[in-house]
Amino acid sequence: MSESVPFTPVSEAELHACADGQLTAERAAEVQAWLAERPDEAARVRAWEAQKRELRALFDPVLAEAVPPELRRRARRSPAGWRRPALAAAAALLLVAVAGSAGWGLRGARDATLLAAASPRAGDTFAARAALAHAVYAPEVKRPVEVDGAHEEQLVTWLSRRMGAPMRAPHLQSLGYALEGGRLLPGEHGPVAQFMYRDEAAHRLTLYVSNDGTARALASADLRAGDGARVDTAFRFASEGALNVFYWQDGPFRYAITAAADRAALTRVSAEVYRQLVEAPP
Amino acid sequence: MDAADADLLDWVPRLRRYARALAGNRDDADDLVQDTLERAWSRASLWRGVADMRGWLFSIMHNLHVDALRRGRLATVPLSEDTPEGIAPPPQAERLAVLDLQAALDRLPLEQREVLLLVALEDMAYADIARTLGIPLGTVMSRLSRGRERLRALLDGAPSAGSGEPVRLKVVK
Repeated sequence: MSESVPFTPVSEAELHACADGQLTAERAAEVQAWLAERPDEAARVRAWEAQKRELRALFDPVLAEAVPPELRRRARRSPAGWRRPALAAAAALLLVAVAGSAGWGLRGARDATLLAAASPRAGDTFAARAALAHAVYAPEVKRPVEVDGAHEEQLVTWLSRRMGAPMRAPHLQSLGYALEGGRLLPGEHGPVAQFMYRDEAAHRLTLYVSNDGTARALASADLRAGDGARVDTAFRFASEGALNVFYWQDGPFRYAITAAADRAALTRVSAEVYRQLVEAPP
Repeated sequence: MDAADADLLDWVPRLRRYARALAGNRDDADDLVQDTLERAWSRASLWRGVADMRGWLFSIMHNLHVDALRRGRLATVPLSEDTPEGIAPPPQAERLAVLDLQAALDRLPLEQREVLLLVALEDMAYADIARTLGIPLGTVMSRLSRGRERLRALLDGAPSAGSGEPVRLKVVK
C-alpha cells in the first residue's frame, strides 16, 4: 500500500518463489520488504511455507526406510540380469580372440591408407577402414565430430535413422572416456557411424559401427573364417604402430574400436562396449 | 565400472519418497519406482548425456505414472485440472474440519500434486520442474499456485475461493 519503495511490482509467481527460496537474494529482500506492508499476502506466503514443512514431515520418513531388496536389485541391474554373465562371456571371448589373432595384424604399415590396400579379408578391410577413419578424424581440432556429445539424443536419433537400425553411444566415463560426439561416414556397403570419445589427456578413441544388413553374403564369408566358433561375437585385434583396433561382428553389425592406447586398455573398453551394445536389450 | 549402478541406487530413496506422495500408498509407489528403474536401465546408453540425472529420473517416473493412470492400473481418480475450484468440493469436505494431509493431497488434481511435490519434497527449481514434466514455466507456476490454494482449502475444509484467513495455517510473526 505504501509507495515509498520504488521497485518492480511483485507478481504472484514471485510470492511463490519467495516461499520456495528461488529468488535472488536482492529480489528476496525487496519482496520481503513488500510483504512487510501487506499482512494478508505475507500470511499466504507463510502458509505455503508451512505446507511445505508439513509435506516434508509427512514424507521424509520414507527416506529413512530400508530399500526393499527387489528395488535394490532393480537399481543395480538391468531387468534381464545380463550384466555379470555378459562380462564373463566377454572376457572369455576376449581370451579366445586375442589368442586367435596373435599372428595377424597391420603391424608394419606406415600409413593408414596402406591399411586398406593390405587387407584381403572382409574383416580386415573393416578394421582398416575403422583405423583410417580414426586416423583422419582423431587429430581434428575444430571439427572432430558432426554432432557433439552434448546433443547425444539428437546424435543417436540421427545416426539411427541413417543407419537403418537403433544406434546407441556407449557411456565409457567409468573407463575415463567422455563422449565427444559422432559423425556419419561412407562405408563399404552403406553409411557407417563413428562415435568419438576422449580421455582427460585428450587422447581420442573411436567406435566405428557398420550395418551390413544388405551384405549377407559378405558376412557369411567372414563367418566361415572362424574355426567353428561364434565368430560373429569374437573379438579380433589389429595394430598399426601405436594405433590399435579391436573389432567384432554381431549379426549384421560390425564394431571396431580404435585408439592409440595399449591393448589392455583397449580390451577393457571393448568389453565394456560389447557389454553395453551387444548384451544390453535394445 | 559400477559407479553408475551405485548412482542409481542413491536415487532410490528420493524416488520412493516422491512416488509415495504421488501414488498415495506404498505398493503402487514402489511399483512405480521399480518401473522407473527398469526404464532408466533400458536407456542406460543415455546416462552419459544426462546433465540432470534427477530431472531425468523424475521425468521417467512422471511419464510412467501418467501412462499407468491412463491404463487404469492405479486406483487414483485423476481430476481435471480445469475443474473449477470450490464449485464442487469433495463430498464430506464441508463436514470435515481438517482433512489429513495425505487425504487432501490425494484429492488434488495430479498435475497440481506433481508440481507441488517436486517443489516441496525435492526443492526443485521451477525451470527444472518445467523440463521434468515437459510443460512451460508459466504452467508450472499456475499449477503450483492453484495446487497450494486448493490444498489449503481442502485442509481447512472450506471452499477455496472463500475469503478469510485460513485458521489452521494462520501464523503470527
